[in-house]
Amino acid sequence: MSGLAVALRRHPELMVAAVLVLSVITIGLINPVFWQPSNIFSLLRASVITGILALAVLMVMLSGGIDVSFPAFAIAAMYLTVKAMIAWGFDGVLLPFAMATGIGVLLGLVNAVFVHYLRMIPLIVTLGTGTAVRGFILGVVGTSQINIDQMPPLLIGFARSELFSVTQADGSQAGLSAMVLVYAVIAVLVHLMLRHTMMGRSIYALGGGTEAARRVGFNVRRTTFFIYGLAGALAGFAGLLHGAMIWTANPRDMVGLELDVIAAVVLGGASIFGGRGSVIGTVLGVLTLVVITNSLIILGVDTTWQRVVVGLIVIAATAATAWRDRKRIA
Amino acid sequence: MTAPLIELRHIGKSFAAVRALQDVSLTIGRGEIHCLAGENGSGKSTLIKVISGVWQPDQGEILIDGQKISGLDPRAAIAHGVQVIYQDFSLFGNLTVAENLALSTELQAKRKLVSWGRVRRIAEEAKRKLGVELDLDALVETLPTAGKQLVAIARALMSDPRLLIMDEPTTALTGREVEALFRVVRDIQSRGIAVLFVSHKMREMLDISETLTVIRSGTVVAAGPISQFDEGSITRAMTGQEIAAEGYRWDGPAGATPLLDVSGLTIPGQLEDISLRVMPGEIVGISGLLGSGRTELALALFGMQPRYDGQIRIDGKDARLDSVQRAIAHGIAYVPEDRLTEGLFLTQTIDRNMLATSLGRLSRGGVVHGGRAAQEAAGMIQDMAIATPTGDRPVTQLSGGNQQRVVIGRWLLNDPRLLILNGPTVGVDVGSKAGIHRKIRELARERGLGVLMISDDLPELVDNCNRIVVLHRGRVVSDTPTAATSEAMLSEQLGALA
Repeated sequence: MSGLAVALRRHPELMVAAVLVLSVITIGLINPVFWQPSNIFSLLRASVITGILALAVLMVMLSGGIDVSFPAFAIAAMYLTVKAMIAWGFDGVLLPFAMATGIGVLLGLVNAVFVHYLRMIPLIVTLGTGTAVRGFILGVVGTSQINIDQMPPLLIGFARSELFSVTQADGSQAGLSAMVLVYAVIAVLVHLMLRHTMMGRSIYALGGGTEAARRVGFNVRRTTFFIYGLAGALAGFAGLLHGAMIWTANPRDMVGLELDVIAAVVLGGASIFGGRGSVIGTVLGVLTLVVITNSLIILGVDTTWQRVVVGLIVIAATAATAWRDRKRIA
Repeated sequence: MTAPLIELRHIGKSFAAVRALQDVSLTIGRGEIHCLAGENGSGKSTLIKVISGVWQPDQGEILIDGQKISGLDPRAAIAHGVQVIYQDFSLFGNLTVAENLALSTELQAKRKLVSWGRVRRIAEEAKRKLGVELDLDALVETLPTAGKQLVAIARALMSDPRLLIMDEPTTALTGREVEALFRVVRDIQSRGIAVLFVSHKMREMLDISETLTVIRSGTVVAAGPISQFDEGSITRAMTGQEIAAEGYRWDGPAGATPLLDVSGLTIPGQLEDISLRVMPGEIVGISGLLGSGRTELALALFGMQPRYDGQIRIDGKDARLDSVQRAIAHGIAYVPEDRLTEGLFLTQTIDRNMLATSLGRLSRGGVVHGGRAAQEAAGMIQDMAIATPTGDRPVTQLSGGNQQRVVIGRWLLNDPRLLILNGPTVGVDVGSKAGIHRKIRELARERGLGVLMISDDLPELVDNCNRIVVLHRGRVVSDTPTAATSEAMLSEQLGALA
């Protein structure tokens, strides 16, 4: 076996890193506008929501499941929280995020109940809960979009904060959103959890084999509830952050986002069969997906092609990981 | 005289109305290698689960170090030093060897955080304890079966066991790996750890164990020091019947047209100039080490290797076997090695599995003739003596031996001329095995069927074939009438090739 093959096997992130570097160089060569700070900053900002959601999906996928309910959970948490804030005349940052995260946890635990006690396939469970939650929000809570004029100002202010800004060649200012830092902190925490806690290792163990995990002495129920609870929490948090960043709370938002997120996670080297994947790979996968899809405009490609590109990325990345995994087993 | 390590007295266990164990007594001394033998479904697994605390017995008592233990549960069993290595090893293929070795120790210490330095130290210690070489950074799924087994043993040794239970440890190992395993087992024994070796392979029991307990239908039918047993008596105890081993003779006319005549068959990198003849009614054994080309040969004859050089003649006529359809049309049937993944539709009924390759023949204009299909399936169930009340049961409910009969029966419905069997009795217990052998011989003798039997099991080849061909690196190295060879000679020949 060649050195490269061993390196790739032990560090699958190298592959997506190579794809990212290659895409960045190619796009930069075709249109140097790519390298402007405003473009780079906007790409990083665009990675935040997809990135946080991707961490949720990564955990579920590591355990051998797949989650498609998180966009619905995110929107539910966001819409309920903003509605409540308006109804109670409350404005702030910490408390609303705690509420959105809490709603996410509760919804996530519902998934865990179905997956653990009824031994249902996670895809079906999350399809069902996601659809039901979306329907509930639209049917019971409301269908109207909450616009900037009604959005709580402090919440929006938080999402607008910038880490720093630079003056570009043409004299305009380009600032880097502080939300990038929020994403980075969450990514580091999830990484530490997965890599350095027994809970994190139990998620990998579950993906390696549920029965084996049980025999070694892992508490499979606790791990399952932890995974879906934390995935729900991340979804709820990301949902409110999304609303704050775009200054709107739209109950019909994020439809179809699950595919982008799953594409990013798979692109990052996670196996759809479970047990394989890392936070570093997922972060790189998200960046790659965001760079490619968002650069279509500056490449002069019609944006309607975005969906085609996302679809192709899912297929190509899944094919690549499936090929890799088959080689390992053989 | 100290008390034995573990003593089971008059254990009984029932599941609903089924008696799994009845009045089973078993004593394992300190540092003893004890063999538990029995066919599939004899109660072996239930007994292991009672000893390891997974199931509590309904009757009887368990004594450890002479102390009566009540309500033994898995945690208590582990605390008393009982460790089980399951047949599937229960390892995590997606994790490294080091982490697999350290996980249970870390869990027992109730750690919340993982220190990779400590994982490394634990793994090094496990490696040292077993005294074998293991690449700690390799992912477990990249290891061969024997390597995975070593990891499982090393992991079990980490909790300082006093009794190591190994469930069918040699099933997927080659002869040489079995020897290496035995060295490890004896080494474990020399440290005072008792080993309960669960097996249904005669030779191994006689080789490794000191004491033998045979169970059948949930009761102990024989027990004692291994010196009191030989192959025949163990088989009799396990099956409750005498299974005679007499060779298969073929005395057809030597000048007849061969059923299959292969000459110069070559597939670059796989097969090299293979020439082979099978006469009607012959059972030809094919032996060779893994990678000798025996499976490739079977696949080529079944039309799955369309690009071959050389000539294949069937009944004296040239045949170009470049697709499975064409091979079937020439009357060739293939029963693959891994019936669970390649040969059976596991979610389907016995009937549907049986009829899978006959539907074309049984249908007119795309519509299957239901009545005739049911009739043929029922006939074959009876013919192959498959143990099921009706054919509409799921095929997964059958035992390994019966599943194998379904696969063979399916091909017989097509009236094949040449039956290629790859590992026909892998994972099948002794009684069923004899039944399948009897059927194959009957088919060859009475219907003039030609059989190519590929097997790792040398006694199986010697007992059932009239000729044995040995392959090595894609070439035929010998082609001998069975009467002129023996198991010992074959085993020596294969050993020399390795």
